[in-house]
Amino acid sequence: MTESQSQERHVLAILVDNEAGVLARVIGLFSGRGYNIDSLTVAEVDVEAHTSRITVVTIGTPMVIEQIRAQLERLVPVHKVVDLTVRGPSVEREMALIKVVGTGDKRVEALRLSEAFRARVIDTTHSSFVFELTGASDKIDAFVGLMRPLGLTDVSRTGVVGISRGPEAM
Amino acid sequence: MSSDPKSGAGLILQALEDQGVEVIFGYPGGAVLPIYDEIFKQDRIKHVLVRHEQGAVHAAEGYARSSGKPGVVLVTSGPGATNAVTGLTDALMDSVPVVCLSGQVATHLIGSDAFQECDTVGITRGCTKHNWLVKSAADLPRVIHEAFYVAKSGRPGPVVVDVPKDVQFETADYVGPANVRHRTYRPQLKGSMESIKEAVDLIAAAERPIFYTGGGVINSGRAATQLLREFVRATGFPITSTLMGLGAYPANDPQWLGMLGMHGTYEANWAMNQCDLMINIGARFDDRITGRLDAFSPNSKKIHIDIDPSSINKNVMVDVAIVGDAAHVLEDLTRVWKSSARPPRKQGLEAWWERIGEWRAKNSLSFENSQSVIKPQYAIQRLYELTKHRETYITTEVGQHQMWAAQHYHFDEPNRWMTSGGLGTMGYGLPAAIGVQMAHPEKLVIDVAGEASILMNMQELSTAVQYRLPVKVFILNNQYMGMVRQWQELLHGGRYSESYTAALPDFVKLAEAYHATGLQVTSPADVDGVIEEMIKTDGPVVVDCVVDKEENCFPMIPSGAAHNDMILGPEDASQQISDEGKVLV
Repeated sequence: MTESQSQERHVLAILVDNEAGVLARVIGLFSGRGYNIDSLTVAEVDVEAHTSRITVVTIGTPMVIEQIRAQLERLVPVHKVVDLTVRGPSVEREMALIKVVGTGDKRVEALRLSEAFRARVIDTTHSSFVFELTGASDKIDAFVGLMRPLGLTDVSRTGVVGISRGPEAM
Repeated sequence: MSSDPKSGAGLILQALEDQGVEVIFGYPGGAVLPIYDEIFKQDRIKHVLVRHEQGAVHAAEGYARSSGKPGVVLVTSGPGATNAVTGLTDALMDSVPVVCLSGQVATHLIGSDAFQECDTVGITRGCTKHNWLVKSAADLPRVIHEAFYVAKSGRPGPVVVDVPKDVQFETADYVGPANVRHRTYRPQLKGSMESIKEAVDLIAAAERPIFYTGGGVINSGRAATQLLREFVRATGFPITSTLMGLGAYPANDPQWLGMLGMHGTYEANWAMNQCDLMINIGARFDDRITGRLDAFSPNSKKIHIDIDPSSINKNVMVDVAIVGDAAHVLEDLTRVWKSSARPPRKQGLEAWWERIGEWRAKNSLSFENSQSVIKPQYAIQRLYELTKHRETYITTEVGQHQMWAAQHYHFDEPNRWMTSGGLGTMGYGLPAAIGVQMAHPEKLVIDVAGEASILMNMQELSTAVQYRLPVKVFILNNQYMGMVRQWQELLHGGRYSESYTAALPDFVKLAEAYHATGLQVTSPADVDGVIEEMIKTDGPVVVDCVVDKEENCFPMIPSGAAHNDMILGPEDASQQISDEGKVLV
């Protein structure tokens, strides 16, 4: 019955107690039950309450996504799970650090394109740049694609973070 | 009550006592010696020394399932913890509250590959409801109280508290359970009134309804069982149950259709297939129950009552989902039902009961008895007839004997039937029986076993003897791993690859070697006599009941088939099993 439903991409925001092993529990749930993780970010968001926020981008049928949400909520240190994709309008951003090595025309072209993408140069030598780029994931994908023939050597991406639009929490 | 600081080990014992723990099932070792020293110094909590840590967890499960109280396990680090993993997984699958305390190497040695070190919280993360590594004695009382709360609350399950040895020596102040409240974990107990009203509307309109109940009703407690019985009788609807739910509704009641699922009755499975309303209370649409999902009860509305939101719409999409505890929801359901100004629902069901009567007439649990060889079904029937007048507790191992016990031993009360349903753990029954006997010292406790399963945890007979626990082990000995053999017959051309045990022990001598009593029976005429002797013999007894080697367990829904596609007996068994079915377990 799951085959008849199409695969969808969803962004889940998970508020958890920042305790030892909590990330392993969340990741273990995905690997143990065969769910996909496209991207995952985690950091403490409230030092006093000792809570962390995990953002997971996952792909599955609506039935599987709903099951993922329910399974996550069942974990003891999980406070709250919000499916940002279902909940309503939300924004998502990702940051990338991108190293491009080269000289001459390719170097000039890389710098020119970085301006078009509003990337920042945060490190440079005579033969290299490190660009910092923030945006939606497909924007970063596009920039990385353009840098590939221009001497791309390394990409480091944060993964997606998301938050709901408007005055409501999460 | 003294407020003097205590050692971590002392805090553990104090916390266990305040949690009402009466018995610990455990096995000592280097990393738990301080806790064992505290056990030695007190006499309020009993300790049962098992012979293998897996046995400790199954014993705790048997204790928990027969008493409704959490079972407590104590194991050492490394192999002590890894040996407990099967039992913990079993308890997770069957939602049994178990609190397992494990020793760990000292905190400064963690990660150094120290002697008997293993990553216990890492290994048990996937097979517990939750687990903790306690790095400070000051946290111990809180964590232990939380551990009991998590194990018992919501959908029950096993938890592990891993305690490094230095923390067991470290001193700290005690905190009582009244002062501990878990930060986040609050399972929902009351169902949504809106959904309950929707459910009542469906119940009022149904023409071919059925109750399908599971272990959740039993886990919820006696009140849930009582409310279920009242509600089912008030509606006049038929009721079936999963393996785990047997006993919640009395098997001697005319509305009872017997167990459903792969080896369930013809009437239960056909009624599930043909119903127009299914009321699932505390069951989880397990694959043993549903058979082929796309042919599962195709024309019914489905109500699902479950305390675990992740059970809803996991395998089967339902029309009305009610998240809550079975007793709470049944209470509200009954109240709304009674207050709604509708005619009593017993009317209008005559046609449905008539059809059920036709299915019942198939007499799907019948078998061809024999005068010369003991049929396993006959042995179970006799066991039932000769013990039904007492308060008898039945545990099982896993395989054909388990299904025959479920089919032919009839349960009228909850908490009398302890079996490994979800994980299907061979070796469960004997240690579970020990746990049951600890909870019910004066009652008759019988492990219905197979000769292959019993050998997996046979060593626990030594435990039973040591504590004078008069458990009875009733082995249906067909020399085969019978369920494996049955599947090889149905799916693999009768090539019985490695399913025959060519060198079985003499079970009578084996029992005697453990200082227990061994009995053997080979003729149908002697079955009653040996059962009576088993019951009246003091202390643990092993009965080697030599049965028909090639009897198969029917009825059966072949894997990948639908409820209305049952095999009733050997004459149907030649039907082809689909390729899709062959890959299913």
